[in-house]
Amino acid sequence: MTPPFNGQAVRAILRYEMSRARRTLGQSILSPVLSTVLYFVVFGAAIGSRIPAVGAVSYAAFIVPGLIMQTVLAQSISFAAFAIYFPRFTGTIYEILSAPVSFVEVIIGYVGAAALKSAATGLIILFISFFFVPLRILHPFCMIGFLGLTCAAFSLLGFIIGIWADGFEQLQLIPLLVITPLSFLGGSFYSIKMLPPFWQKLSLANPVVYLISGFRWSFYGHADVAVGVSLSVIGAFFAVCLCVTAWIFKTGYRLRN
Amino acid sequence: MTPAISIKGLGKTYAGGFTALKDIDLEIERGEIFALLGPNGAGKTTLIGAICGTVKVTAGHVSVCGHDIAADPASARKAVGLVPQELTIEAFETPWDTVSFSRGLFGRPPDPARIEDILKRLSLWDKKDTQIRRLSGGMKRRVMIAKALAHEPQVLFLDEPSAGVDVELRKSMWEQVRLLRAAGVTIILTTHYLEEAEEIADRIGVIRKGRLILTEDKDTLMKKLGKKELAVELAAAHAGIPPVLANFDLALSPDGLRLILTYEAGRGESVISGLLEKLKAEGIAYADISTRQSSLEEIFIRLVGEDA
Repeated sequence: MTPPFNGQAVRAILRYEMSRARRTLGQSILSPVLSTVLYFVVFGAAIGSRIPAVGAVSYAAFIVPGLIMQTVLAQSISFAAFAIYFPRFTGTIYEILSAPVSFVEVIIGYVGAAALKSAATGLIILFISFFFVPLRILHPFCMIGFLGLTCAAFSLLGFIIGIWADGFEQLQLIPLLVITPLSFLGGSFYSIKMLPPFWQKLSLANPVVYLISGFRWSFYGHADVAVGVSLSVIGAFFAVCLCVTAWIFKTGYRLRN
Repeated sequence: MTPAISIKGLGKTYAGGFTALKDIDLEIERGEIFALLGPNGAGKTTLIGAICGTVKVTAGHVSVCGHDIAADPASARKAVGLVPQELTIEAFETPWDTVSFSRGLFGRPPDPARIEDILKRLSLWDKKDTQIRRLSGGMKRRVMIAKALAHEPQVLFLDEPSAGVDVELRKSMWEQVRLLRAAGVTIILTTHYLEEAEEIADRIGVIRKGRLILTEDKDTLMKKLGKKELAVELAAAHAGIPPVLANFDLALSPDGLRLILTYEAGRGESVISGLLEKLKAEGIAYADISTRQSSLEEIFIRLVGEDA
């Protein structure tokens, strides 16, 4: 009898994905780190000194959590979407489909690898930001928790996009047309409390607002929305993505015909 | 011992309504080399996909080494190695890494000595650290075979293994296949070349339009399929087959100008010279003779009759 959990497969997928990241270090890790760091050098250090502090926090310090979150969001989606789309595109997916792996092992392997990579990207950015910006982290464990949960949830979303996409254009479609606007309007550069009431209300429909608010709270103790609400929204989003992936594997959607 | 593959009433209808497989019943014994023979689009690859889990089955049951693919997919799949038809392989990996990956994916703990052995047997050892995109087509195919063997499967599927492969490589591949069989591995391959099935297989299944129209021992089948025809163009029209030629398997064309002799390939010599001598002795003049072998397509049509 074969054991119900194929740990070797999870190990193999994780190793494979990590070695791919090592091989493409410049593109996969360094480039998002550099572009994010440029943001807080320009907006934080250069222009930020002319912008008043938000609450008790200097503008440069204020934008760091949001910027990390934005990068982590985009990278999670991109890592996971590419990881599963590429084998579909080249045809090497046959091996995964014919292997004794269930939905659980594939998810832990691919989504886990994508989440680890994007979390590492976020932590590298955080580390570098200490050199430019006066940061403090009031709730380090919550910070790690928010980061981890966001990476996992958006890697799952990326995985779904990678399975749904029928071409490289579709692969970019949702990240560019949906995620980028939501993340720019998610309160990285401003507190939604600065907005007129109507736009404040509208912003609450943007899930990214909850992510950034919660994440920033773990740094400075101030949040736009209650931390519990932030956590629930991320949790619910994660659960929805998990259900969709379970359905994909159950029906073989875009995988088996 | 349970058979390597047991298929009952297998059917596959795609969402669009196209029926790729219909009512397939097949048992393949352990240690057998089984060739699935059929024209392009007959359903060979779909059948393999259904057994290996890349295609969703819509009717019937399949079990591999006693494990039902629906009830216990993990055990069934662990027993199977698949080498697909197309060269689909990660270009930037090395043979060593990709073969090790396959082993892990199929739930086996790392075993560098085993990987080394597989790569050496397939003459890939000196290329183990070269990026796969730098390898030749033949080497890539061998890497794919190595991947399929990495987890020590009991059943190996080779889908069109000789597509785009030169004679030399084909020879060495058949040698590997025989070695694997000697080690107890069951091998199932697809081909649309009769000669290929003839060379390597113990048993042959013929598939056409999604139906398995026959399975037969190779020797029996070759007798059935390996018919040749000798056409003798007569100098003058005959009303019927001359009675003195009654011992031959002959047919006369409607215009009475052509005699057609059907004989088994390999036994032509005695039959043909026998017929020609007889014609000479009887003073029946002929203008030309030619031989032809039925194409596989024709053989299929003959096998399944008019309704095919």
